[in-house]
Amino acid sequence: MMKPKIATDWLAACAGCHMSLLDIDEKLIELLQKVELTSSPLTDLKVPPESGVDVGLLTGAVNNDDNLHVARRMRQRSRILVACGDCAVFGGIIRMRNHWPLSEALEAAYRDNPSTVEGLIPGAPEIMRPLPDRSVGEVVKVDVYVPGCPPSPEVIFYVLNELAEGRIPALDESRLNYD
Amino acid sequence: MVQRIMIEPVTRIEGHAKVSITLDDEGKVRQARLHVNEFRGFERFCRGRMYFEMPQIAPRICGICPVSHHLAAAKAGDAINGVVPTRTATLLRELMHMGQVVQSHSMHFFELAGPDLLLGFDAEPARRNVVGLIEDHPQVALKGVLLRKYGQNVISALGRKRVHPEFAVAGGVNSALTPAARDAMLGELEERISDVLDGIGIAKAWLEEHRDYAESFASFPCGYMGLVGENGELELYHGQVRLIDCQGAQVVQFDPRDYLDHIGERVEDWTYLKFPYSLKLGWPEGTYRVGPLARLNVCERIGTPKAQEQLEEWKSLNGGGPVQGTLYYHYARLVEALYALERIGQLLDDPDIMSNDLYAPSAAITGHGVGCLEAPRGTLFHDYHTDEDGRLTSVNFIIATGHNNWAMSRSVEEVARAYVDGRNLSEGMLNRVEAAIRAHDPCLSCSTHALGQMPLEVTLLAADGRILDRAVRG
Ligand code: SF4
Repeated sequence: MMKPKIATDWLAACAGCHMSLLDIDEKLIELLQKVELTSSPLTDLKVPPESGVDVGLLTGAVNNDDNLHVARRMRQRSRILVACGDCAVFGGIIRMRNHWPLSEALEAAYRDNPSTVEGLIPGAPEIMRPLPDRSVGEVVKVDVYVPGCPPSPEVIFYVLNELAEGRIPALDESRLNYD
Repeated sequence: MVQRIMIEPVTRIEGHAKVSITLDDEGKVRQARLHVNEFRGFERFCRGRMYFEMPQIAPRICGICPVSHHLAAAKAGDAINGVVPTRTATLLRELMHMGQVVQSHSMHFFELAGPDLLLGFDAEPARRNVVGLIEDHPQVALKGVLLRKYGQNVISALGRKRVHPEFAVAGGVNSALTPAARDAMLGELEERISDVLDGIGIAKAWLEEHRDYAESFASFPCGYMGLVGENGELELYHGQVRLIDCQGAQVVQFDPRDYLDHIGERVEDWTYLKFPYSLKLGWPEGTYRVGPLARLNVCERIGTPKAQEQLEEWKSLNGGGPVQGTLYYHYARLVEALYALERIGQLLDDPDIMSNDLYAPSAAITGHGVGCLEAPRGTLFHDYHTDEDGRLTSVNFIIATGHNNWAMSRSVEEVARAYVDGRNLSEGMLNRVEAAIRAHDPCLSCSTHALGQMPLEVTLLAADGRILDRAVRG
């Protein structure tokens, strides 16, 4: 039997969810015996294979135009899409930004800011356009939600292991964590 | 005709940064820029929250060094509470901080930068990563894993989680150290110290062997900034901010509370990351570097014996003047990891650390607090103002990687000048451009380098945007 293929990526994230995946420590080796890790911030491949993967895992919220592009591509190429962590599941902490116009958030960082000298709002074509913050489920269909900030290493291992065994993980109360 | 080489992660997103190199008519490098893509807007949306929530909100800026933001937010909270935390709380916070320095620095050296040094800049890209390192040098890779785990365990023993722990609060900490946790930390300490010393041996041997290269690679004069203690010793948690110039002469030393009198930030249109500089020296003369290289250049001594020995060697590298070569960051990082481990030993030997005197109650809200410490990557400032109820009215962060923003672009420019020939894109040469960035361990893409190699899409563009050539790696 072919090993199931997994791809992971991060959108607007603090990287903590991927750190939590690394924190499964030696179980990472056990997992890697069961699945083939294709693209991921942890490997050399960055784009999920065009032929698709069995499981695509996204961490982080959709916060700019490129996040949107990456989320859509992961959806297209994944049989099962996992939203991992509070940013991906709920939009995360940056969600608070949506209470104000984006321009105000930019003002606070680049103009109306105590240490900034002669501020201006960056906008050159090389850099991404910010968008109102959304969860992954608000822009594409998500099959499995894993909340937590970050989800504990044990929960991440449980989810990936269930998926590797061909089961859809059921998160009972002991595995749900909304901090 | 002006041509540009774009170096960017293939997905353009995970690194939240890309590099553009502008060439002149002859295909020679004219300018290099590091574009940082990420904007999340914490300064705005924290307004209106209560100041005591910040030790939980601020760490979400970065999951690689969340402890720095956790502690800086708590320190700003102490000042808003108008209290000095108890001695025990201070010792415990510093202990957690040292755990983070160990995990962050050792992960960087052994797993991220190590492959460049041990396998070579021109090694096959598919193998020039931690997996290749495990295959060729398994004992070295294992030391890295164990050091990271040790640091993470110090953090979780205090804050119950490795990422985004819950421990420091405005005015103190929320739990005491258990004897079992202390004994576990002490039990492993000697072994981990010897692992770091082995790493130092590797770094020194490499730098010795490639001395000319290391001294010229992305080497340029600039100022350095870092915290120092009362006697000019290396300090990562308390202290005053000292800025020296490229000759090593002190420009200014100030209390972190007064940072606005000394540091300004410039904004450029082409990046979301601002450029801090010394107000006294002005822009761009007042740009400087922070982080391990800067801290060893700035301090006069180190308060732990083994790290002090290393510092003496360090000071001899450039006849007592600041060490300028960007690759020396790696050596400096390990000296600090050694200091952090030795310091863990000192902290755990202090009888006060086991006390239950954890919290200093507050009489009134002062309305203002600055929290400053040395994050693994450099000086971090949190500055909060509140109304009389403690609701935040303004929040300002100067993040470690920001201080190095100018220097990273400058390093790329130096390396590109030396190694990039516009009409001849070779893979190893582009890797050197990345290595110049990676040596600063930028947090914006700590992620990008978290374990693998930053894959590249290199596009050679004409001035009108036409693609002339393209190379993809990854
Ligand atoms: S859910 Fe939490 S840990 Fe995960 S990326 Fe978001 S802020 Fe970081």
